Amino acid sequence: MSKRVVIDPITRIEGHLRIEVEVDENNVINKAWSSSTLWRGIEVILKGRTPMDVGLIVQRICGVCTYSHYRCGTEAVENALGIQIPLNAKYLRSLMQTSLYMHDHIVHFYHLHGLDWVDVVSALSADPAKAAQVALKYTDKPIAAGEGELRAVQERVKGFVETGKLGPFANAYWGNGTYKFTPEQNLIALSHYLKALEVQRVAAEMLAIFGGKQPHPQSLVVGGVTSVRDMLSPARLQEWKQKHAIVTDFILRAYQADIVMAAEAFGGEASVLGGVNVKNFMATNDFVLANGEYLFDQGVIMKGDLAGVSDINPELIAEDVSHAWYSADAPQHPYDGTTIPNYTGFVERDTVYGKLPTLDGDGKYSWVKSPRYQGEPVEVGPLSCLLVSYARGNKVVVDAVNALLARTGLPVEALFTTLGRTAARMLQTVIVAQEGLRTFDALLTNIQSDETTYVKPHIDPSKEYVGHAMIEAPRGMLSHWIRIKNGVIENYQAVVPTTWNAGPVDANGKIGPYEASLIGLKLEDPTKPLEVIRIIHSFDPCMACSVHVMDFKGQALSEFRVSPNGQ
Amino acid sequence: MDTHAALYEQGKARLDALRQLAPRQQLSLVEKMQQHGITRRDFMKWSAMVTGMLALPLPFSNLVAEAAELADRVPLIWLHMAECTGCSESLVRADTPNLDSLIFDHISLEYHETLMAAAGWQAEENLEHALETYKGRYLLAVEGAVPTANNGSFLTVGCKGHTGLEIIKHAADGAAAIISVGTCASFGGVQAAYPNPTGAKGVHEVVSKPVINLGGCPPSEKNIVGTLMYFIMFGKLPALDMFNRPKWAYGARVHDNCERRGRFDAGEFVEEFGDHGAKEGYCLYKVGCKGPYTYNNCPTERFNHHTSWPVLAGHGCMGCSEPNFWDDMADFEKPLGRQLLHGLDATADTVGAVILGATVVGIGAHAVASIFAKPLEE
Repeated sequence: MSKRVVIDPITRIEGHLRIEVEVDENNVINKAWSSSTLWRGIEVILKGRTPMDVGLIVQRICGVCTYSHYRCGTEAVENALGIQIPLNAKYLRSLMQTSLYMHDHIVHFYHLHGLDWVDVVSALSADPAKAAQVALKYTDKPIAAGEGELRAVQERVKGFVETGKLGPFANAYWGNGTYKFTPEQNLIALSHYLKALEVQRVAAEMLAIFGGKQPHPQSLVVGGVTSVRDMLSPARLQEWKQKHAIVTDFILRAYQADIVMAAEAFGGEASVLGGVNVKNFMATNDFVLANGEYLFDQGVIMKGDLAGVSDINPELIAEDVSHAWYSADAPQHPYDGTTIPNYTGFVERDTVYGKLPTLDGDGKYSWVKSPRYQGEPVEVGPLSCLLVSYARGNKVVVDAVNALLARTGLPVEALFTTLGRTAARMLQTVIVAQEGLRTFDALLTNIQSDETTYVKPHIDPSKEYVGHAMIEAPRGMLSHWIRIKNGVIENYQAVVPTTWNAGPVDANGKIGPYEASLIGLKLEDPTKPLEVIRIIHSFDPCMACSVHVMDFKGQALSEFRVSPNGQ
Repeated sequence: MDTHAALYEQGKARLDALRQLAPRQQLSLVEKMQQHGITRRDFMKWSAMVTGMLALPLPFSNLVAEAAELADRVPLIWLHMAECTGCSESLVRADTPNLDSLIFDHISLEYHETLMAAAGWQAEENLEHALETYKGRYLLAVEGAVPTANNGSFLTVGCKGHTGLEIIKHAADGAAAIISVGTCASFGGVQAAYPNPTGAKGVHEVVSKPVINLGGCPPSEKNIVGTLMYFIMFGKLPALDMFNRPKWAYGARVHDNCERRGRFDAGEFVEEFGDHGAKEGYCLYKVGCKGPYTYNNCPTERFNHHTSWPVLAGHGCMGCSEPNFWDDMADFEKPLGRQLLHGLDATADTVGAVILGATVVGIGAHAVASIFAKPLEE
């Protein structure tokens, strides 16, 4: 007898995500549904506005990878208008991107994903002296993992628990058998969870130096970057480099060490050894290092064939809405898509928690569309980024991946797992932090002879423009597509990483990466589905990004047929 | 502008013009107070007392530190509606006090989807438990606008499939105080910009209780934590402005305290991003700065541990803490000029109107002066 498990809200993510799975009598998942339960309509709001405001508005798609949309939207307009921005502007944008990655991935691993790996309750029974010795196993110079520090963390959290109020730690799945760290390892990771709260503030300040603030920086404009005074200030430049060093130190001595520790502890845990079931991967080239040189390569890998990586053809991208709460006859290319809301609500049925409204898997069940490349679902994200560069023979990436595999004793196949996805994010952070300094040096050299940061854009209202931009957001490949007519936005579409990964099944019955990652997973206790959450978090979901609309084709807003309770 | 009398006349004329515009709020402040049984006299006494407290010196962090011993653990329930999580991200950046001491020492964070360990059914249990156990005592923070079109069905949260609208109304019932964190929760934000396809509204428009609005996209970490700490320290709401924003944070215009104000007064303007003036730190008014129309403490407090703020980074203020700014202040890199703004209504005092009126005239005068000065620069 199969049972339905409903998980809503998926917490520790950006936005509103609902996952449902069906388990058989052995608690093995045979079906999965991924749904976003919020619709905002940013792209319809963009219509008729000046393209110069695009960056500021689309940035509000997401407050986590806040800078990614800002940059991608701005560059889509620049692409449409045929603008080449000055080299200094490219470098500044790249430094801000470096700052974002160093921030975003630390926050993701420790504060969003971390509690899926770390059992806080177990940490309370650890021996701090022993834990300090354990920490030395994973790095020569542990950070926030000396005996005194660990004891202080433990006492602080114990005191908190003794008040009887667990606050944000209450009612979680502590004690689940798929937690594999020893009490000592849990204590080390808990200490890093708290230390990371401090370090991420410094990483955010890095972006704010050239961006004005973080989240939602405000220094990009169509044609360049505005923070020219900061760029020309030796004090500001040094401030960035100093903060960069502090955060890099944490990345190497804590983040990297903790992933090695997790690879050892969870290396035999069945629930994290699968989870990469759509073996198609896509990434775009990004991180300007010097003029014309990128840190990561672009490409598409189909069916896990690393030898057969090919160039991305933007024409082959289309979005299917057959199971999304929109109406359309066939998959549509982002330049030509429509989005007509068609909400059909939930269906009541029995679940492990009793009768509940549930997703209608046979019909429509999500506000996320399903992007396809050449008709196939594709995974995007740090793992895809590294695999594409690895397949291209990118030396920096090949060396970093091989070194991690050697260090953990894991085979290449270990990359194609939930554990591999989480490790890839860490490796990407290390590479970005270390190699990103080349951009910094290139900027210092360039400003000796060139102080330009901006070229004035020009829009001819009598002309029509079409353009797009593709970048790597922390969650994977992001593309924005724009049409400009009469000097204003005619049409806008964002195809975002979480849409690629979280979309529902398409008209051909092909399921996306989230849903595929869960099939075959065995749950210890279906009423406490920690394994599901751990796998979904490994993608770093960002739902606000993935929910968007574009063109109503003249349909009046009052005519939407939307019923909250289904038909 | 040679006499105070002339200034007074300008302000009066401006008020008269504004009085002709449709009011933004359904009820005036006076009517609202009457509804809540507050007499004018009570209100004046209360205002005087709270204003006295608010005269405590900035930076606010010192105040927070001194009063830490007085603080009780206050249950905090933080709900996410139609949003981008930028406000939570801003909260996570807090440094005075930082987030972990906020959680361990000052508040009891009962529910916060971005930070809590529990998920799904168990997360929803936490929410229901907190709403019941701490009824009448908890502080409710809301991030994001409330979609109201189609009975709120553009947002559902939790296994039981409740709409955001239902959840907000229920949670507001038992709240000791409600804080709308950010421009979305305060005024609808980006999803409420024209044509507002989801009928997104600020929290105060869908609940029948007073709401503190923290405008800003996002508000700085100091304005969020400062407001939480105020409630923890004093057990009551701070003095608010006409849009229910705390006066201690939103009492002055960005323009008033701007580091580039001297350039404005001298008629020195950035004409184009990246030009000589941009490198020298000239005023950004002509490339679209909305500082003269925006109430916030960005210039004094800045963001990210005082690291920077948009104007320091060479981009004008976009007015993000004001209601409806996505429509009223676009296109963002062009000056608004003398266009009438929502920033005043019939309840505003004459002095403020005089000051704002003078500023708009001042901007015009500087713009003119600068146009004449341009050939000389070239």
